[in-house]
Amino acid sequence: MKLNMILPLAVLAAALPALGVAQETAEVAEVVVATGEPAEQTKFILTTLLFLIGGFLVFWMAAGFAMLEAGLVRSKNVSMQLTKNISLFSIAAIMYYLVGFNLMYPGEWLVEGYIGPFFAVTSLEPVGVGAADVTIDYASVGSDFFFQLMFCATTASIVSGALAERLKLWPFLLFVVVLTGFIYPIEASWQWGGGWLSEMGFSDFAGSTLVHAAGGFAALAGAIVLGPRIGKYGKDGRVTPIPGSNLALATLGTFILWLGWFGFNGGSQLAMGTIGDVSDVSRIFANTNAAAAGGAVAALILTQITYGKPDLTMVLNGALAGLVSITAEPLAPSLTEATLIGAVGGLIVVFTVPLLDKMRIDDVVGAIPVHLFAGFWGTLIVAWSNSDANYVTQIIGFAAIGAFVFVTSLIVFIIIKGVMGLRVSEEDEINGLDMAELGMEAYPEFHKG
Amino acid sequence: MDPRKRPALRKGNNVKLIIAAIKPFKLEEVREALTSIGVRGMMVTEIKGFGSQSGHTEIYRGAEYAVNFVPKVKIEIVVSAAMADQVVETIQNTAKTDKIGDGKIFVLDVAQAVRVRTGETNEDAL
Repeated sequence: MKLNMILPLAVLAAALPALGVAQETAEVAEVVVATGEPAEQTKFILTTLLFLIGGFLVFWMAAGFAMLEAGLVRSKNVSMQLTKNISLFSIAAIMYYLVGFNLMYPGEWLVEGYIGPFFAVTSLEPVGVGAADVTIDYASVGSDFFFQLMFCATTASIVSGALAERLKLWPFLLFVVVLTGFIYPIEASWQWGGGWLSEMGFSDFAGSTLVHAAGGFAALAGAIVLGPRIGKYGKDGRVTPIPGSNLALATLGTFILWLGWFGFNGGSQLAMGTIGDVSDVSRIFANTNAAAAGGAVAALILTQITYGKPDLTMVLNGALAGLVSITAEPLAPSLTEATLIGAVGGLIVVFTVPLLDKMRIDDVVGAIPVHLFAGFWGTLIVAWSNSDANYVTQIIGFAAIGAFVFVTSLIVFIIIKGVMGLRVSEEDEINGLDMAELGMEAYPEFHKG
Repeated sequence: MDPRKRPALRKGNNVKLIIAAIKPFKLEEVREALTSIGVRGMMVTEIKGFGSQSGHTEIYRGAEYAVNFVPKVKIEIVVSAAMADQVVETIQNTAKTDKIGDGKIFVLDVAQAVRVRTGETNEDAL
C-alpha cells in the first residue's frame, strides 16, 4: 500500500525539473502535429482496426437480440427462438459471402444505380499481403466485409422477434436466405453502394432506414401474412397480453444491444486515420449513448404517467428506439439534440405498441415500433442537425426502401406460405414450438409457461 | 405397530387442523407469533386464489389484463383442540392489515394424527 503511494510521487518528483523543458518541446510538437499528416499506411491500419472492433461489437448484437427475444417469449418457445437466432445469423454470414457483399457494393452494376451483380462471391486479400499489393486508401477487404456482414445479420434478427411463437423454423430460415442474400443487399446498395438514393442526396449514416426500418418492414409483412398468436386478440376486440418468460434476459439483451450499437454507429464513420475521424467516432459514441438514455427515460416517465406504473418491457424498447432514432445521424447532433432525438423515439414506441395491437398486428417483441416507426423518425430528423439533408429527400428515401422491402417480403412470405406453410398447427402452437418442432425445452425442469 | 393397539377412530378427538390463507408478507410475523405461543410445527404452501375481491387488473405493454388469482400463503397447523382458539386468534390478530384481501381461516376436525418415527397418535403425535 505504502509503496504504491510512494512510487507515483517519486516519478512526479523526478519529472518536475524536466517539466519546463517538456512544455517547450510540447509547443514544438504541437506545430508538427497540426501540420503533419498521418502516413497512408497508418490510416489504412487504423481504419481496418475500426472495422474489426466495430464488427465484433455489432456481432455481439446478435447475442443481444437472442437474449431479448428469449426473455420476451413464453418459456415453451425459448429453445425455438434461440435456434432461429443462431441459425439466421449463420445463414446471413454465408449468404452475404456468396451473394450479398458484392451485390451491395457493386463493382459493376447490372442495372445502373439499382441492382448490382448477382453471384459475385466475395474474395479477400491474399495471405500476408504487402502495402504495394493493394490500394491502401481505405481499409482491408477482410475487415470491410466482416463489418458490413454484421449489418446484414442485424436486419434478419429484427424479423425473428416479431414473428416469434407461431412461425415454423424452416420457412423462416428460407425467408432469411432471401432477405440476407438479396432484399437487404439490393436496397442497401441504393445508398451505401453508391446507387440512386445516394445520388439523390439521401442521408442515412448507419442505417435507421437501410437496416432497422428494412428489418421492420420485413417483420411487418411477415406479421400480416402470418396472423396473430392464438389468444392474443379476443373476438370482441379485447387484447390479451402474453407476458414474456424472463425479463432479466430481456434486460441483458437490451444492454448487449446498447453496447453493440457503439460499433454499429461508431464503425459507420468508416475511417479512423485522422484526428478528425477519430474525434468524430468518439462524438458518435457519446451521441449514441445519449439517445439510448433519452429513449429509456422517456418511456419510463410516459408509462408511469399513462399506466400508473412503469412498464419495464417498454423501457427496454424505449432505449432501443432511442438507438434506432440516432442511427441515421449520430455525428452531427449535439448531446442535447441526441438526447431529444432518442427521447422522441422512446415516446413513439410507447404510443405505437398499443396502436399495432388495435390493428391486430401481433409483434411479440415490439420490433416494428422500435425499428420501423423509430427508424422513420430517425431518418426524418437527420435534416434537423445535418444541413446537407432535407426532409423531402429523407421521406422519399424511406418510402422507396420501405416499399421495396415490404412488397418483396410480402411476396416471399406468401409464396412460402403457399408452398410449405408458415404456421405451426394450433395444437403445436399451444403446446409450444420447443417440444413440437425441436423436441427440447429451454427449461425442462420448470413446468410449462 | 400393531393396528389393534391403535385407539379406535372416533369423531371429535382432541386434534384440530387449522388452515389459514394469508398475505405472503405477513408469513414471518405469523410464524413468530405462533411459535411464541407454543405451536411446534406448520406446513406452508405458496398458493394463488381469489376471494370476495375477485382479483384486480394490471397493464402489460399498454393492454389491460385481469389478475384473477392473487398470490397468497397457505398455512396448515395441526394442534390440540384446547389450543385451537388461541391459534386462530393469534393468526387473525397478526395477519390483519384491515385492508381487502387479508385472507381466511378454517378449523377442521382431524380424524387421526400419527408421528411417523414413533407411531404415537393424536395429541401425543403433535
